[in-house]
Amino acid sequence: MQESSADKAVQGSTGSVRPVSCGTRRLRDAGFLLVMGGLSGSFVLLIVLLLAADLLFTSFSAFTAALRQPEIFAAFQLTLKTCTAAAVMSLWAAVPLGYILSRYSFPGRQLIDVIVDIPIVLPPLVLGLSLLILFHQPLPGTSWILDRWLQEQVGFPVTYRWPAVVLAQFAVACAFAVRTMRVTFDQIHPRAEQVARTLGCSRAQAFLHVALPQAWRGMITAFTIAWARSLGEFGPILVFAGATRQRTEVLSTSVFLELSVGQLDAAVAVSLLMVAMAVVVLVILRSLGAGLST
Amino acid sequence: MIELDNVTLSVGTCRLEGLSLQIPSGQYAVLMGRTGIGKTTILEAICGLRAVDSGRIRIQQVDVTDWDPADRRTAYMPQDLALFPTMTVRQHLEFALRIRRRPDREIQQRVQELARLLQIEPLLARRMRGLSGGEAQRTALGRALAWQPAALLLDEPVSALDAATRRTTLELLKSVNQSTGVTVLHVTHSEEEAAALADLRLRLTADPRNGRTVLEYC
Repeated sequence: MQESSADKAVQGSTGSVRPVSCGTRRLRDAGFLLVMGGLSGSFVLLIVLLLAADLLFTSFSAFTAALRQPEIFAAFQLTLKTCTAAAVMSLWAAVPLGYILSRYSFPGRQLIDVIVDIPIVLPPLVLGLSLLILFHQPLPGTSWILDRWLQEQVGFPVTYRWPAVVLAQFAVACAFAVRTMRVTFDQIHPRAEQVARTLGCSRAQAFLHVALPQAWRGMITAFTIAWARSLGEFGPILVFAGATRQRTEVLSTSVFLELSVGQLDAAVAVSLLMVAMAVVVLVILRSLGAGLST
Repeated sequence: MIELDNVTLSVGTCRLEGLSLQIPSGQYAVLMGRTGIGKTTILEAICGLRAVDSGRIRIQQVDVTDWDPADRRTAYMPQDLALFPTMTVRQHLEFALRIRRRPDREIQQRVQELARLLQIEPLLARRMRGLSGGEAQRTALGRALAWQPAALLLDEPVSALDAATRRTTLELLKSVNQSTGVTVLHVTHSEEEAAALADLRLRLTADPRNGRTVLEYC
């Protein structure tokens, strides 16, 4: 009969195999922690060095002077509004889509799963170009153009105006929000919803009363990710909304515009402002999420 | 009354064929069988969470085979209880009645009745976190009984409890069955539970000759 590993371990502990000394074990653990810390710390260090370089490059007076420019203040306001709008829209789309992908099996689910990820892998400029074409391409066989119809019939022009900024941000941010909500619902066991259905709930009621309240933390994470992703969006905005000062200029385009005219101080000031905004939003929403989950 | 009439169910590659049983109204039936043989699948089929391939399911002599789980008047208590972590004990007891938009006074009266019956009055304001196994069990039972179902389906309801709590919970289950008249189908491995509770014993076994699963009275 073969000796089991448990038997061997027992023999080892009784003396036939010398146990590893306490000091050697500690040394090995220290080595492990050093390697893990070193590898993971390199990334954190890179980010800290980047921020430190930005901070050292500019002075407080240069920073405040740049932010006092009316163009940059307008870009700051527009950024806050469009990022929030894009994040709210992303959440509205991501919650049902994440739930459907998590809970239901149906023909074409894999295809939808792939389609949802396309904005994540698509080059940003291509996404902007695709939006531009969608809004300006005549419907095949007709002369109907979506942007013209929105402008003339609905009175809500999109391209090269602020709604284009929101749409460009939404197109990318929503994909990240959907991923987050899908994982959130995957982690919530469907059993509670099934029990709710035996207690008289329709599928919709089980979702609203049982699944959704449990998904609060995931919704806050999805909103945060969508907001932060919108803040950093640049390529699609440049192509689809343009970079008209005080009209479609958001902070990411401000950095580009300031750089293009050689105003490095202002570009760095705006960059630091964006970092500060991202940090503030992350901290507020995470603490809100922690509060809601208790 | 719970009635299965020649029901066939498929779960992945496993198939339960020609299941028939009758549990008269108000009786406490215990279904035994080894792990993985399909006991939970039968409960899920009765409460409508799993579609049957063929055969009919009747509750109180009404054919509910094609009905939605919400309309069957069966209450299902899974092994993991599946309590709602964002709700209090009171909200659990109110849940089925609120969904049915019952008047507030009726809801409060029913909650008090159940809390007294299950001895969970001091727990009504508590959330799920921190409840003991027995307290969680009583909460799940209260949630299931709140709207007076015709059948109560219990999937190994005491398997996760310590010996003392298990004994009191078994007594409670029997007294709930007797005081409310609800028909109970209780799934377990335990002969001891069957001896303590069953008016009717059922066993799910694999036929050694052909491997088919057979449901028999014992």
